Parts: sequence; structure tokens; C-alpha cells
Amino acid sequence: MSVIESSLVATLVGAAVRGQEPATPGSGGLDYWSMLTVFLLASFIGIGVIRRVSRLLHTPLMSITNAISAIAVVGSIIVTGADYPPTIRIMGAVALFASMTNIVSGFMITDRMLKMFKTDAKRPEGERQ
Amino acid sequence: MIHAVVQLAYIVATALFVFALHWMNDPKTARRGVHAGIGAMVLAVLATWGLPEVVHHGLIVGAIALGFVVGVPLSRVPLTAVPQRTALSHAFGGLAAGLVGTAKYYLWLGEGSENLTAFRMVAIIAEVILGYLTFTGSLMAAGKLQELKLIPQRPVTYPFQNVINIGLLALAAVLGVALVLEPSAPWAPMVFPAIIGLALLFGVLLIIPIGGADMPTVIAILNSYAGLSAVAMGFVLDNKLLITAGALDGSSGLILSIVMCRAMNRSFANVLFGAFGQVQQQKALTEQKSYKPETPEGAAQVLEQANLVVIIPGYGMAVAQAQHKVRELYDQLKKRGITVKFAIHPVAGRMPGHMNVLLAEADIPYTDLVEMDEINPDMPQCDIALVVGANDVVNPAARSDKSSPIYGMPIIDADKARTVFAIKRSKNPGFAGIDNELYFADHTWMLFGDAKNVVGELVKQLSGGSGLH
Repeated sequence: MSVIESSLVATLVGAAVRGQEPATPGSGGLDYWSMLTVFLLASFIGIGVIRRVSRLLHTPLMSITNAISAIAVVGSIIVTGADYPPTIRIMGAVALFASMTNIVSGFMITDRMLKMFKTDAKRPEGERQ
Repeated sequence: MIHAVVQLAYIVATALFVFALHWMNDPKTARRGVHAGIGAMVLAVLATWGLPEVVHHGLIVGAIALGFVVGVPLSRVPLTAVPQRTALSHAFGGLAAGLVGTAKYYLWLGEGSENLTAFRMVAIIAEVILGYLTFTGSLMAAGKLQELKLIPQRPVTYPFQNVINIGLLALAAVLGVALVLEPSAPWAPMVFPAIIGLALLFGVLLIIPIGGADMPTVIAILNSYAGLSAVAMGFVLDNKLLITAGALDGSSGLILSIVMCRAMNRSFANVLFGAFGQVQQQKALTEQKSYKPETPEGAAQVLEQANLVVIIPGYGMAVAQAQHKVRELYDQLKKRGITVKFAIHPVAGRMPGHMNVLLAEADIPYTDLVEMDEINPDMPQCDIALVVGANDVVNPAARSDKSSPIYGMPIIDADKARTVFAIKRSKNPGFAGIDNELYFADHTWMLFGDAKNVVGELVKQLSGGSGLH
């Protein structure tokens, strides 16, 4: 990672920690400025990191980001497991099922595809020219 | 205390996600990226599950188990079906975001309107609209890619299509603004489902006018939407891990969409609202020119004499499952000391990077897979360009014919090779329905038939000539 990205990550972590401090009064308990800051910085990091992903790997990239965006699992667990009315919790459970499916299939298929990318040297003996 | 531990776990997970994507920049480190991603996800799940407000565990266990039951088979699909699987998982991602947004809205509405601050309402509306439109849009895309009978493959167009689509989205946005202003008005519980309905409908209508050749871009855009809906969920739940991971996914979708659009010389708006299908039907009615057919025997003899062979794969190779036969051909040519390279167009296939994965599956070293921009300067030195089920990405009309719908799209310069062999299933025009001048050029010979059979014939000819091996 470049210096710029490392410092962005550092700022991002800083912003995330800062967000745990008591929010400014009158914001309804939400420090949304720090959330927007996190979003902005994370997008910059994402663009910086993903621009350098090899074009060879664009299909696995898409399946791993599928799995990563299934981080919605975090919200789903809270909605499913908290002491909420049953209809709400069932909606959460469906969301949890959908996210979990993405996590499992996303990571597994990414790994399966990546295992296939070999250089000539790694092909089994006797199959080489 | 427990909250501090959870937050710490989230921060570690955030860093691991960034590293996971960073390691994807090289095939050598990419698998480490997967492990980092799995580690981050396990950490996030366990930390959240440990929160004191999570008190009921039965449903969680059940949903997670069911996720494994469905997820494991979905990860074992044949690689030709990866585009559909990807679209399907975007649909799941959108559904999860939409459902959590819906659940949170009704929860807060029931608990008292002071919870529904303007900021939260904007985030909920964004989450719900993005989530549900991604859900139905991706289901439609998956259906088209799977070639379900229910869903027409060809673009479906009707009068005022764009006006109707934009109108629906605008209506959903207006209702959304009304809800932000009056989140707990008596009519609010009725307006909210209307927004959901409009988003669901918009997703369907957005995808039906889009043809198969545009699918790589559409999948990338839907990827971006799925990420952004997770970001919106992060705003709703005040959770920075969701915001970060969603933003990483969103920017990935954005970059892939830009790569795809550049590779087709089109804009986002043109892909989404251009109804690519209409123009081409008229183009197909040009006068009949004649092809020069060649037999596998003849082609094999010419191939044997070559120094540099460039194979240009396209969606036809995926459909025919010809990648393993192509690899046998690669081995046969390599055995004779012939240099063989694969020229990969960014939009070849049905999703970004589709051809690379198929060829890697067939054990072809990734060092021989060359991007369009790198191979084009070498094409004049190329003895034989072998086109396997590709069409538009080698159509010289993109360079010369201003009236062609693909004019301006960067192509692989197959026509600059000394000899061109093109394997084609039938004499009909390709997916985009455009005639390809390459097939009528003086130095082009056609090999008609299923890509797998034709390449298999070539292999048989080549191996027959050199005895058993």
C-alpha cells in the first residue's frame, strides 16, 4: 500500500474511534459527520486499492467484494436477535440468511477460482511442453 | 466494556477488509486476501453476536445454517455460470439491505417518532430504494444470464420507456422526501410500502431493455448498488464497519463499471438507457456477402507452420464449454515450439474477467493471458489469429464504420494478423446482431461448428500428425 493509503487507513481508524465519543448535543445521539467522513475516506481507499487489482482477477474481485458487502450480516444479526416484535425479527432472519449465503458462497467461490490461476512453472510435470 | 471490545473487533475487521482487497492486486497473493476477508467476517459476526442486546439465538442459528445450506452449492456452480451466481448474490445483498431498512423503520415507528430523525430517514429511504431495486434488477439480470424462458434475452423496448422509468424513480424519491419531512404521519405506514413497490418495479424495468452484450457493465453497476445499500444500512445503524465495507464494495463496482464502459466506448447513461437492441436489427439486413469456409484439416496444417498464434476467446467459448479443448490445442501448439498467447478483451464474456477465469480453470498459465492493449501492437507480427466464439470484440467496423452501433469501441486487431481463422457456431450475426467484416476479409477463413467440436477436431489433426503422445 502506498503512503497515501496507509495514512488514509490511519485517519479512518482515528475517525472510527472518535465516533465512539459522545456525539454533539442535538444530533439525536448520532455523530453523522464522522460517519460521512468514514464513508468518504473508505471510498478513496477502495478506489485506490481496487484500481491496482489485476485485470486477470476481475471475476474473483467481484465475488470477494460480494462476500465483503455481505457485512450487512452485522445489521441482520442485531435485528434478528434483539428483543423486537416477531415480524421484525423474521425480516431480520431472512436478511441474515441472504447475507450468510453471500458470505459462504462468495468466499468459497473466490478461493476456488483463485486456486486455478497458475504460472507455467506450477503446472504438473509432464504436462509442460 | 463489551462495547469497546466489539468496536475494537470492528476496527480490526475494517483493516483486514482493506488488506483483503489490496492482496487481490496479484494472483500470487490473492488467496491470502480471501483468508483475510474470511477472518474479518468471522470476527465481525462473533463480535456482533456477543453484543448484550442480542438475546434470542434460535433464529440466528437457523438463518446462518440455512445460509450455509444454500451458499455451499452456490459456490460449486460451473465457472460458465459464475455471472449468474454473481448477479444472484447481488440480489441477496440488495434484499438483506432492503429488509433491514424496512424492519428498522417499522421498529422505530412503533417505539416513538423521536427515533426517526431526518438523517436516519434519508438513510433508510436510500437503503430501501437501493436495496429493493438491486434485488429485482439483479434477479432479472441473473434470469437473463441463465437464459430462463420466462425472461426475454433480447432487449425489451416500448415507447417512452426512459420517461416511464425515470418517472417511477422520481415518484419514489418524492414519496421518500415526504416521509423524511413527516416520518410518523398517519399516512406514513402506507407510503413506505409504496416506495418499496416502486423500487421493486424500477429494478425490473431498468434491466429488461438491456441486452446480453451489456451484461458485464450491468453486473458491475449492480455490484456498486449492493455496496451502496450496505453503506446506507451503516448510516441507519450507526455502524462504521458497515459503512467502510460497503464503500469498498461500492468503489469496486464503480471502477469495474468504468473499465467496462471504456472498453465499449459508452457512457453509463448509454448502457442503462440506450436500449442497445433497437439499432442493430436494421443493421443485420445488409447485402449477403460470402464466407470462405475451411476444414479443420486445412487449418491444422496452417497452424503447424506458425510462429505466433493468438487465440481470441469470446462468449461462444464459454457457451460451448470449449476451454478444456482450447487448452489441448494450446499444448499441441506449444509442443511444436509455437508461441501461443490469449488476447483478452475486457468485455469478452458476460462479466468482467470472465475469460481469464475460464482459461485458468483449463490450466492455462495466466502469464499467457494478455490484455487487449498489450497484445494489439504485436498483432501485425502474428501469423494466425484464432477467434473462438468472439464476435463484436474483433469487429473492424468499430474502427471504421461510423454508422455501426459499436463504432469507437476498442477492439482486438485480429484483422491485422497474417491469417485469421474464425470459429463460429452459425452463419447468423453475433449477440449484438451486427455483421462482422472480419469474416469476409481476404485473409479470413471460417470454421463453422460448435467451438468445442471444431477445436477438438483441430487437436485431433495436430496430434494425429505427430503420433501418439
